[in-house]
Amino acid sequence: MEKIGILEGREKQVYEKKGDSAAIDIKCETTSLSGSVSQRACVFCGSRVVLYPVADALHVVHGPIGCAAYTWDIRGAVSSGPELHRLSFSTDLKEMDVIYGGEKKLHQSLTELIAQYQPKAAFIYSTCIIGLIGDDIDAVCKKVSQETGIPVLPVHSEGFKGTKKDGYKAACDSLMKLVGTGSTEGIGKYSINILGEFNLAGEAWIIKKYYEEMGIEVVATMTGDGRVDDIRRSHGASLNIVQCSGSMVKLAKMMEEKYGIPYLRVSYFGIEDMSMALYDVAKHFSDNPAILDAAKKLVNREVSELYPRLQHFRQALEGKKAAIYVGGAFKAFSLIKALNSVGMSVVLAGSQTGNKDDYEGLKEMCEEGTVIVDDSNPVELSKFVLEKEADLLIGGVKERPIAYKLGIGFCDHNHERKIPLAGFVGMYNFILEVYNSVMSPVWQFAPRKGGLS
Amino acid sequence: MLLRHTKTEVMEREALTINPAKTCQPIGAMYAALGIHGCLPHSHGSQGCCSYHRSTLTRHYKEPVMAATSSFTEGASVFGGQANLVSAIDNIFTVYEPDVIAVHSTCLSETIGDDLKQISTKAKDDGKVPEGKYVIHAATPSFVGSHVTGYANMVQAMAEQFAESTGNKLDQINIVAGWMEPADMREIKRLAKEIGVKIQLFPDTSDVLDAPQIGKHVFYPKGGISIPDLKSTGDSKYSIGLGCFSGEPGAIALEKTCKVPFQTEDLPIGLRATDRFLTALAKAAGVKIPDSITDERGRLVDVMTDMEQYFDGKKVALFGDPDQLIPLTEFLVDLNMKPVHIVSGTPGKRFEQRMQAILSETVPDANIKNGPQADMYLLHQWIKNEPVDLLIGNTYGKYIARDEDIPFVRFGFPILDRIGHSYFPSAGYMGGLRLAEKILGVLMDRQDRDAPEESFELVM
Repeated sequence: MEKIGILEGREKQVYEKKGDSAAIDIKCETTSLSGSVSQRACVFCGSRVVLYPVADALHVVHGPIGCAAYTWDIRGAVSSGPELHRLSFSTDLKEMDVIYGGEKKLHQSLTELIAQYQPKAAFIYSTCIIGLIGDDIDAVCKKVSQETGIPVLPVHSEGFKGTKKDGYKAACDSLMKLVGTGSTEGIGKYSINILGEFNLAGEAWIIKKYYEEMGIEVVATMTGDGRVDDIRRSHGASLNIVQCSGSMVKLAKMMEEKYGIPYLRVSYFGIEDMSMALYDVAKHFSDNPAILDAAKKLVNREVSELYPRLQHFRQALEGKKAAIYVGGAFKAFSLIKALNSVGMSVVLAGSQTGNKDDYEGLKEMCEEGTVIVDDSNPVELSKFVLEKEADLLIGGVKERPIAYKLGIGFCDHNHERKIPLAGFVGMYNFILEVYNSVMSPVWQFAPRKGGLS
Repeated sequence: MLLRHTKTEVMEREALTINPAKTCQPIGAMYAALGIHGCLPHSHGSQGCCSYHRSTLTRHYKEPVMAATSSFTEGASVFGGQANLVSAIDNIFTVYEPDVIAVHSTCLSETIGDDLKQISTKAKDDGKVPEGKYVIHAATPSFVGSHVTGYANMVQAMAEQFAESTGNKLDQINIVAGWMEPADMREIKRLAKEIGVKIQLFPDTSDVLDAPQIGKHVFYPKGGISIPDLKSTGDSKYSIGLGCFSGEPGAIALEKTCKVPFQTEDLPIGLRATDRFLTALAKAAGVKIPDSITDERGRLVDVMTDMEQYFDGKKVALFGDPDQLIPLTEFLVDLNMKPVHIVSGTPGKRFEQRMQAILSETVPDANIKNGPQADMYLLHQWIKNEPVDLLIGNTYGKYIARDEDIPFVRFGFPILDRIGHSYFPSAGYMGGLRLAEKILGVLMDRQDRDAPEESFELVM
């Protein structure tokens, strides 16, 4: 096999598990090396994807056209009502705006839009160029807010000011300005907010139904199928449940500090983690044993239905190897467990934005020989897929054609998916997709799998 | 009803773009650069830009798209990106070993005033550019023009920074490709071969973004114009620039730097634009168009006449890039269709002039707009006020098509939800046949769907 190198300066971001003694000291949470073919995005991207599913808010991108064009309907975050979030609004800055500033343009755009659509709130995203030319978007937002009477929230998401994670923080800062501005009247004791769930393909609806079946009231989902009014009164909930911790733990912490609402980190992927997510919430409300009983009943029902359906896949998938490269590391944990539950092993576990604890945790979970990698790139991914003889790659949009070019199966566990992968039904969908892809007859024609070259 | 938020009443907007019919310069530069063999495009800005461009190109072509980024941080944004770019160039040549790095700027690096030429020269002086390797650069600020402008700027950079004039004229014609699909570039090469003309086509993304599955990930697929060929364009006897927005600037550059005379033609889409292109090519090379090509033309004309009754008088709305819309509109008019609403986000006076010339006789009151606020929201509003029988445009048109229940043909960039655009040409007579087939297909499907039982017929 031809030698594939690792970019100089990236050696410390790649770790291979060899024996228990080798301590993992992975370099992470840094910006990518200049000149790398990074799979990462920017601060703006982080903010945009977090806030995007708030469906009755206006989302205006203040910057040149590209930033709005590339994030136009970028995710399949569905809404049960308004779809204002799926339109792409941009101030479309031109050269003269860059020289003379774009504040007037932004003010005019917002005034026109709010008059036309009467949204519940507006999020104004600041892009790279705004950070440089120094438009005071806070002042514009404040002014428009006073003039129109709706919350107009600046999102400080200048692309260069860090990584995608910093964009999540900026989004949380904006959401926090909404939290606490609505009435909490009528919210009961057994109530939660669902955080870090983006309702891709309707996943939030599945999760919400589970909790409601347990007798728990869901005040707000942030941000999947999100509504401004729900977010405004979300401080009336007793507990925050955080799924995508990278994006929303900050908001949970802020709400804990300000309103004394505790939070739990959960995952909705795979049988084990999904069940745990329900049990943990039930245990939190231990003064009401009916909740735990309902959770047990629910899990029992779902698992006894799901388990036999998975056995068929297990026969075929037992011993197959998967490579995982996802955005947040927390998701990798669930994926490893889910894949293990059908007899698959994981040979590569990577993330774009993991921290040291995440990678330590991955090391604990992984088998000998597994490669753990931070902020990887196509060259490395293909190197490890070939060397470790993976049968499947799990990743996002930029990884898909790489897997196919290498002649192996692929599953999008990022945001291009059109079927829900969360919850018990999602576990079935996930394994079905993995099975269909890994076992597809097309791979027999791939030269590496013995097909004609 | 995803776009239920579109209001029917058209109001003058000054400061806002809704649902853009364009994107920004760097993605065009990235696409063009992939048309040089062994080239790694490099985005001088934040990581997000590079990531978005790679994602969009990946979604459109279903191929791995390689490009590196300077990974700007706050520090770089304050103190300038020189250090980032110099170390990026060093890293790239060390690990990814391209023949060329094609650097394009972003709104960020443009605004802080990074001088790509000066930085590239410094990298070279510092010994970061190995012998026989190249760094080219193009300024592509996102707040000017559109993705089409960025494409043109990178193609111009190729001409300016590679073409050499040795004084020894070669019997070859340059074809400066406007924004086309790999399949169209392949078709142009086929046509030239059929006519017997040696051409240098650049950029050439065929065999780069439609590469075969060979069981491994090839960082630099076999396609793309080679460096020696690109250098030789300065010695060619003539250039044809395809598309006044995307191809012409490269042809002008070759005339300026190497005195290669040129003419500009439309992208060869549809009957008459293909006629003009092939005539120009044959004339420049001093050859005759062979019967085999005349027969291809005849087959297209035959289909147009056979199917004439189904195209007649159908109203069409279209949006996309100017160089593609101009010949497409002409083709639609030749099919006796009526393009009534036309939108292109790319600015430039020549668009409206050409459109007026094509439509003045048959559809004199067509709605035409390009540049600022020429977006898909406006197009949708126009359609609400004057419905059409057919919509032609990129993937995003599907929202309007569904909401208004209009037959829809995907054409342009990006197409994210279908395949074929990168494999089957729209250019040349064969491409015209494909377009006619696609248009007829959706019109007939609609007729079948809506036909009452008693008039549902096997033969149309």
